[in-house]
Amino acid sequence: MTAMIEISNAEKTFTMHLQGGVQLPVVRGVSFFVEPGECVVLAGPSGAGKSSILKMIFGNYRCDAGRIGIRHEGAQIDLARAEPRQILSVRRATIGYVSQFLRAVPRVATSDVVAEPLIVNGMARSEARERAGALLRRLNIPERLWALPPSTFSGGEQQRVNIARGFISDLPILLLDEPTASLDAANRAVVVDLIGEKKRAGVAMVAIVHDDEIRHLIADRIVDVTSFAAAA
Amino acid sequence: MAEHESAVQDNDQPLLMAEGLSKSYGRLMACRDVSFALYPGEVLAVVGESGSGKTTLLQLLSAQLAPSAGRVSYRMRDGVTRDLASLGEAERRFLFRTDWGYVHQDPALGLRMAVSAGANVGERLMAVGWNHYGRIRNTASSWLERVEIGIDRIDDAPRTYSGGMRQRLQIARNLVTEPRLVFMDEPTGGLDVSVQARLLDLMRNLVSELNLAAIVVTHDLAVARLLSHRVMVMKGGRVIETGLTDQVLDDPCEPYTQLLVSSILPA
Repeated sequence: MTAMIEISNAEKTFTMHLQGGVQLPVVRGVSFFVEPGECVVLAGPSGAGKSSILKMIFGNYRCDAGRIGIRHEGAQIDLARAEPRQILSVRRATIGYVSQFLRAVPRVATSDVVAEPLIVNGMARSEARERAGALLRRLNIPERLWALPPSTFSGGEQQRVNIARGFISDLPILLLDEPTASLDAANRAVVVDLIGEKKRAGVAMVAIVHDDEIRHLIADRIVDVTSFAAAA
Repeated sequence: MAEHESAVQDNDQPLLMAEGLSKSYGRLMACRDVSFALYPGEVLAVVGESGSGKTTLLQLLSAQLAPSAGRVSYRMRDGVTRDLASLGEAERRFLFRTDWGYVHQDPALGLRMAVSAGANVGERLMAVGWNHYGRIRNTASSWLERVEIGIDRIDDAPRTYSGGMRQRLQIARNLVTEPRLVFMDEPTGGLDVSVQARLLDLMRNLVSELNLAAIVVTHDLAVARLLSHRVMVMKGGRVIETGLTDQVLDDPCEPYTQLLVSSILPA
């Protein structure tokens, strides 16, 4: 099996202890795989658990049962059972995540926020900054903003910084949570191009997109999340 | 140099290990059966409210307090892992001066308030045998620069510094000997929010540049999120939940952890 992501029977339930221990089943029996160079789009109404599945693949949410197989440095690792340091190593070398919101550290310049994933993997700072600049330019972030921390930027600008940070590295897996949500048409087109380039580079992607047009442009396959509904 | 090369090769072996650590004061159990391993370059946050045993645990780990049961072992610079209880007083003091740092919440406990900033930093170098005044002063000033203290303040005593500057000076004093492990007890406690942000950003950069391992005790989950890779949640002296920091904070499982996370006021 050459799949980059191979999920079988993954399951997630939240137990809300502060609300009298209410059990909130999210998903059950989640099973799908993603091959290199393929973009799988998760579909389903809001609340169906799409974001939760993405977070489980990133190791951000715990997985109560089942298996989340990730191809990492030539071997398969089960993220559902991995140690924290293994998950961190997977995030450094294998899985990138583009969320809807930027969680940046105060005081860090935009170009450094974008270049960081390259620097932690050992690229020289100057080269990493250069690549960050090229990507920011492509995403129409004016050069005069690069030295500023992104916390003061508009929502759309922040999202583009986030996209640049997610797309800059050469990680073999990318998770995209609404990457085009608050972008105008021109920038949406840039993101569609970036996704196409990643596919040609053999990157495996899982995406959540609500825009039908974008979904049509990027999806190789659609996985319907409603089939994983866990409501008892 | 040789030490540093071997440290790089040994990243896959724990630096510090706690096994079944407990401490009781009479009938009060301040710390119960704590076990974990800390790896080089790893930052572990210990969170929980006052009285949960965080500070006791930090003192046990840093050999300032003897455990009632269990043990702490540490991989020394020569690569040999030793039980801290087996170290002599001189060896322990040497560890504290070289390979370990300890950042107190109150900088007055970690600094000498009446001597100059330069001397505060230089003193730790002299304790490990540096004796060339010019080199000591140069190293001290480059460290002051790194923690964003103007060189024009090098001859001033920290009692003339603001709270944030004192804390940054304490960090410089600790890091000047290039320790591999730093203990921090509420390092941002008692500082203004804007001062905290600057300090956190600085610590975050230093920790990653120097490949420092750190154990940070804090009741502030934002500090844990920004600085740490892993979190241990303590309650009543026990570790009740542990894991990757964003996992524990975004998907808390235990009732007490859910309470902590939900108690953060939105900004």
